[in-house]
Amino acid sequence: MSTVLTVLRKDMLLELRSLETVPAMVLFSIATFVIFHFGLNRATIDGQLAAGVLTVTLLFAALLGVNRLFVAEREQGGFDAFLLAPVDRSALLVAKAAALFAFLAMLEVVAVPAFGVLLLGPSLGPPLLGLIAVLALADLALAVIGTLVSAIAVQSRARDLIGPLIGLPLLIPALIATARAAGPLLAVHGSGSPPGKWVAVLALYDLVFALLAYAVFDFLLED
Amino acid sequence: MDQPPAIELRGLSRHFGERTALRQVSLRVPPGATVAVLGHNGAGKSTLLRILATLLRPHAGEVAVLGEPLPRRAFAIRGRIGLLAHEPLLYRDLSGRENLRYHARLHGVGRQRVERLLAAVGMEARADEPVRALSRGMVQRLAVCRAVLHEPSVLLLDEPRANLDPAAGELVEPLIGRATGATRVLTSHDPEAALAEADLVLGLRQGRAAFAGPVAELDRRRLAELYA
Repeated sequence: MSTVLTVLRKDMLLELRSLETVPAMVLFSIATFVIFHFGLNRATIDGQLAAGVLTVTLLFAALLGVNRLFVAEREQGGFDAFLLAPVDRSALLVAKAAALFAFLAMLEVVAVPAFGVLLLGPSLGPPLLGLIAVLALADLALAVIGTLVSAIAVQSRARDLIGPLIGLPLLIPALIATARAAGPLLAVHGSGSPPGKWVAVLALYDLVFALLAYAVFDFLLED
Repeated sequence: MDQPPAIELRGLSRHFGERTALRQVSLRVPPGATVAVLGHNGAGKSTLLRILATLLRPHAGEVAVLGEPLPRRAFAIRGRIGLLAHEPLLYRDLSGRENLRYHARLHGVGRQRVERLLAAVGMEARADEPVRALSRGMVQRLAVCRAVLHEPSVLLLDEPRANLDPAAGELVEPLIGRATGATRVLTSHDPEAALAEADLVLGLRQGRAAFAGPVAELDRRRLAELYA
C-alpha cells in the first residue's frame, strides 16, 4: 500500500507541476458541450440523450488522460526506475488507476456543472447523488481499462492511436451501462436514484476488469 | 577454495528481432571486483548491463547475480543492485530532492540518507530546483545519488563520469568508486580510464566476448583489436 501511495503522490505532484492532463480534459469537455449545443440545434436536452452526450464526452475526454498516463514513465525512465525497486509491480497498476480516477473526478467537478449550465434542461440538484454514484462506477471502469490500455500503448510508437483503438471497444459495455443508468436521472421529473440493473452491470464490469488487469499487468511490464 | 562469484554469466545471448546484441558471453566476477566492459558503440555493453539489472531477459544461457539466477529470482536481488544508466531516471518536472525522496521510499530508505547524499555531491543548494533546470553535470550527480541510495552490493555503471567535470568526478568517487566495496561493472568510452580502475575486462565485439580476463592480460594489441 505504501508503494501505491508513493507512486500516486508522485503522479499528483507531476500533474500539479506540468498541468498537462486535467486542464486539457476539462477544456475538451467544455468545447464538446458547446459543439453539441450547436450541432443538435437544441437549447436544452434531457433524459437518455443527455446521458449519452455526457457519457460520450467524458469518455473521449478520459482518452486524453489515458494517452498521457505513462508518458513520463516512458520518456523519463520512470518504468526502469520502478522496475529496479524491490516492490510489487502491481502497485504501479493500482497507483496509475487511482491517479486516472482522481483526474476524472477533477474533470467532472468542472464538466458536470458546465454540462448542467450549457446543455441540460432539468436541474442537476435532485439527481446529483445518484449521478455521482454512477459516474464513480464509470470512472472506475475508465481508470482500470485506461491504465491497462495505456501500459500497452506506451510501448508502441503509435500510442496515440493504439489507446483509443483498444480502449474504446473494451469500454462499450461500460458506456452502455453508464448511459442507461444516468438516463432516468437526467429526465424531466426523473428518478432520484439510478436503475439498479445498470448499476449492477457497471459494478460487475468494474470487478471483472479490475481482476483481469491485476492478473495481466505484470506481463505488460516484461521486456 | 574459490569464493562464489557475485556475477556469473554462462553462454549468455540476447537478440532484438533479427539482431544479436549478445552471443554466448561467459564471465565470472568475484565479490568486490570491478569489471570494465569495453567495446564499440552497439557492441552490447548497455544490453549486458540491463540484463544484469533485471530489466531485460536473457534469451539463452545462464545469468546469476549475488547467487540468484535471473530472471527467475530477480525479485530477490532488485534491492541490492544499483544502475547508473545513460538516462538519469529522474522526472524532469520534480526537483532533485523530490526525485530522490521518491526513489528512497520505493527502496525503503530514510530521508536522512537523501540529505547525506545531496551534501556529498554538493547539490544541497540546487536540490529544490526542477531537474529540467539543472545542467547535465548536476543531473548526473543526482543520478549517481539515485543509483546508490540503497547502498547496493552490485553497481552497474554505464559511463558513470559522463558530463562530470574533474571536481564533480571527485565528489562522486566515494559513492561509486572502488572504496564502496561493491562489485562493479562499468562501461566507458575511455578504455584507459576504465582499465585503470578495473580488475577484469570483458571486451565485446558485435556481441561476442573477444576478451574476458584480468586487466594484466589485456595487452595493447588486444585492446586495439577491440576497437578496430
